[in-house]
Formats: sequence, structure tokens, C-alpha cells
Amino acid sequence: MLCDDCKKNEACVHITQISPEGKIDKNLCEKCAAKYGNLLLQQGDKNFTVNDFLKGVFSKAPQGAAEETAGPDLVCPNCGMSYRDFQQTGKIGCSVCYDTFRRQLTPILTRIHGSSTHSGKIPLRSGGKLVVQHELALLKDRLQDCVAREEYEKAAEYRDQIKALEQKLATASETGDAACQ
Amino acid sequence: MSVMDLYRDYCLPWMQSGKESDIVISSRVRLARNFSRLPFPNRADFTQLAAVQEMAASIFSDLESACNEEFDAIGMDALTPLERSVLVEKQLISRNLIKKPQYRSVYVSRDRRCSVMVNEEDHLRIQCMAAGLDLAAPFALASRVDDAVEAKLDIAFDEKMGYLTSCPTNLGTGLRASVLLHLPGLVFTRNMNNIINISQQLGLSVRGMYGEGTETVGNVFQVSNQLTLGFTEQGILDNLTSAVKEIIENERRARKALMLYTKDRIEDIVWRAFGTLKYARFIGETEVLQLLSKVRLGIDLGLINEAMPEQYPELILASRPSYLQNLMNNENMSKNEIDRKRAEMVRRILAGESAGQE
Repeated sequence: MLCDDCKKNEACVHITQISPEGKIDKNLCEKCAAKYGNLLLQQGDKNFTVNDFLKGVFSKAPQGAAEETAGPDLVCPNCGMSYRDFQQTGKIGCSVCYDTFRRQLTPILTRIHGSSTHSGKIPLRSGGKLVVQHELALLKDRLQDCVAREEYEKAAEYRDQIKALEQKLATASETGDAACQ
Repeated sequence: MSVMDLYRDYCLPWMQSGKESDIVISSRVRLARNFSRLPFPNRADFTQLAAVQEMAASIFSDLESACNEEFDAIGMDALTPLERSVLVEKQLISRNLIKKPQYRSVYVSRDRRCSVMVNEEDHLRIQCMAAGLDLAAPFALASRVDDAVEAKLDIAFDEKMGYLTSCPTNLGTGLRASVLLHLPGLVFTRNMNNIINISQQLGLSVRGMYGEGTETVGNVFQVSNQLTLGFTEQGILDNLTSAVKEIIENERRARKALMLYTKDRIEDIVWRAFGTLKYARFIGETEVLQLLSKVRLGIDLGLINEAMPEQYPELILASRPSYLQNLMNNENMSKNEIDRKRAEMVRRILAGESAGQE
């Protein structure tokens, strides 16, 4: 008997494939059967990905109906992606999209990560003012600590540092913003 | 190491040996970065993808000086399908990068510890690897590369949402840290499901490295962080490291129990596996991973001294199907032909042939 697929070599493997479309029986040669083996496994692998799962998560809005109202019709001015596209693909189009869909995305981020606010690394250049702001927050925390522990000399040091930073920030926002861009 | 060797040698320095390397094979850190305003690769057209490639190429020398290491720039469309698959098997690129090879490329350092994928899911994917349990060194290296990129190019960043990525699951730090573990003790003692359940509660994902779906082969597992937003990089790395240390502790306990109660059986299993690897004429893709796991366990338990721990990663790389087919320069090898070549390579490596030569 010849192989059902290539019709050249002698068939030596019998394959029964049971799929949603029904049962298929095939007699194959060694070479064709090997291809099948890989194919079957690869298909199984592709059946379900994280992305498919996310699509489901994104397209189902939570109980709060407020975000549904304007959501689907919003379109990103930079790349032309609509919010509906995002719901279908689970992928964002460009960096501007995050700004465009901010209101819709925030609750989703909280659902995925349990948080919607970044607290990690800040890029030096594009981060700009943010670096200083974070430093300020840190110093203010320390100042509070010192006051609580009645270490007023240290507290005064922090107070001066905070003043200096705030001044830097004020001058930066007058002149520096243009330079940042 | 020249570019040609990349597809023909079976040696990766970051798989050799490091901290806790009787259990931990390697550690990896990946940063997802995008250029501001340009559409992400899945929404970009060819001119935009080309623009991203040009921007990446413009900082090539900065990469080299940040890593203090020469890099190879490799365009995916210039490779044969087999060569692309070899890079995937070596974990230097992801399968995602070669789905559409046009305008996709990778920069790989000569020591193979750092690779930067261009136009994968994000514009840049910076990956750094180290042997054994060591996330600090790869993270430091990836950060240096990141800083070098950011010094010249505008990276998409938002004050509230952090680094902006194509998929919201990478948003924030864009950091995915993962550790590759060999856990035969926990698998043999049927404890793996517990580990997987507990890890998920800690925000970590555990999956088998080889094998399809729930069927894992070779007892190699990858543990990685799932959450990227709302945590500091150090927090993510610390959480993963402490969980991995706990898993290592459990694996050691399981191995001890196996040795205590079934030493004779384990010894037999391990030596049979070694015998098969050493003398078989045909070895299948799954079979080789199962046998290698047993032999590696035998080495780590001090039951076998005829094979070296460094041979384990070499044997894994040298027995992958695309690697073997590429070596033979033939993408139409039958399963039997591959199995025969695999057995030959395994015998040669176990006989002490040094790594890196064909």
C-alpha cells in the first residue's frame, strides 16, 4: 500500500486523527508521518495563547458602565488604532495610545497587575522632572521621620535640600520643558 | 567565536556553571522598550519597521561599549529557516521574532550573554543571561544597555504607567526575570503541582521548558514574574529569587529523600540512562531529554563520575532537531535520520569531544 499523502513510498504508519471535524484515518510513509507528528503538536500549541485569554479579559467591561460610553469609538490620533481594535487584539498600537485610552486602560491594568502606577526605574532624559519629583517625595518622607523622632538638626538638613530641589524644579519648568522635548 | 560558529557550536557560556548550578541552569532578565510615537511592531508598516531598525543600528557601537563586548548584528531575513530555529533553540531569540522575518534582527554579544531583539513584539527586547542563580549580574548588564539606548533615543515612557509596551502585561518596568531549574526530585516525588500552585499565589509563573501543553519533558522548568507594574525592579528580582531559593530547598529535600529510601533504584535508573545515551544508535527528541535529566541527576547526586555537569547543557543544545538538521545542511531529514545523527552527537560528546567544534 502506498502512502496517502505523497503516494510514492510504501505506507508503514497508520494515523487516526480525532478532531472537531470528525475522525480521519490515514496510511502514511515514515517521512510524511514525521511531518504529521510535528504538525499535530504545533497546532495544539497554537490553539490557546495568553493573547486569546487577554482578548477575553479586555473585551468584557467590568460592572462599572461609565467606561463603556465613549470607549469603543475612541481612535488614537497617532497610529489610528481604535479602542475596539484593542479589545479584539489585546495589543496596543503605539505609545500615544496609552494616553488616548488612559481612562479605559487604568481599570484593566489594575485587574492585570493589581496596580496602575509605575514605581520602578525612570529614564533619565524622558523621565525629566519625574526624577526630581521622586527624590523630593523621598526627602519629604525622611523629613517626617526625623520630626517624628525629634531629630531636628537632621530635619533641618532635609528641609534645606527640599527647598533647593523645589527651586530647581521651578526654574526647570520655566526654561527646561522645551529642552526636554 | 565567529558568526558561523553560532549555528554550529553547542556551547553557551551562560549555561555552564554558576551558583546553585546543581539545580539552577541559568538566569535571565528581559527589558521591553519602545521608541516614542512610532507604532509598535504589530501595527507598524515596512517603512516604520525599517525606521526602527535604523534607530537601533545608530546605537550599535554604544551597545558594544556598554557591554564592553563585541556584538554580531544578524538580520532574520538573511538567515535560512534552520539557522533562525537554531537561534531559538539556543534561546538567543524568541519564536515570535521569526514568525515574520522581514525587518526583524538581533544583536548578539560575542560572549552570548546579551542579545537585543529588534522589532519583536516591542521595538527593543534587551535580554541578558547568566549561569546558575544570578539575576543581579544580568539585570545590571541589561540596565547598562538600557541606559546606553536611552541616552541617545527617546523611549516611550509615561509618568503613571512607566515604560510603555505593546502588550499591557509588560507595562511599567517592562521587566521579565526568569530562572531555569532542573527539578527531577520534585517531579519523581510528585510535588511539582504544589510548587506550581504556590508560585502562582506569589505572582510567579512556572512552566515546563520542553514539551507541549501540560506534558513536560526533561524536568526543566522556567519560573518567572508575571506582574511588571507597581513594583520596583529590585522588588521583582527579590521576590523571584526568594521563591526560587525556596524551590531549591524543596528540591534538595526531595533528592535527599530519594537517596535515603530508594538509592538502589535511583542508581539503576541513572546508570541505565547513561548506558543508553552512551551506546544507543537512535535517540528521539523527547527521549534524549528524559535520559539527560536522569544522568544529570546522577551526576549531581554523586552516583556517576563518568560524565561532567558541563556536558549536560552541551548535550541539550546538540540534540535539538533544528541544530542537527542545520549541521547536516538538510531541512528535509526524516525523523529516523535525525534520531541517528542525534545518537551520534551524544556519543561523541560523552566520549569527550570538546565543545564548539563540529
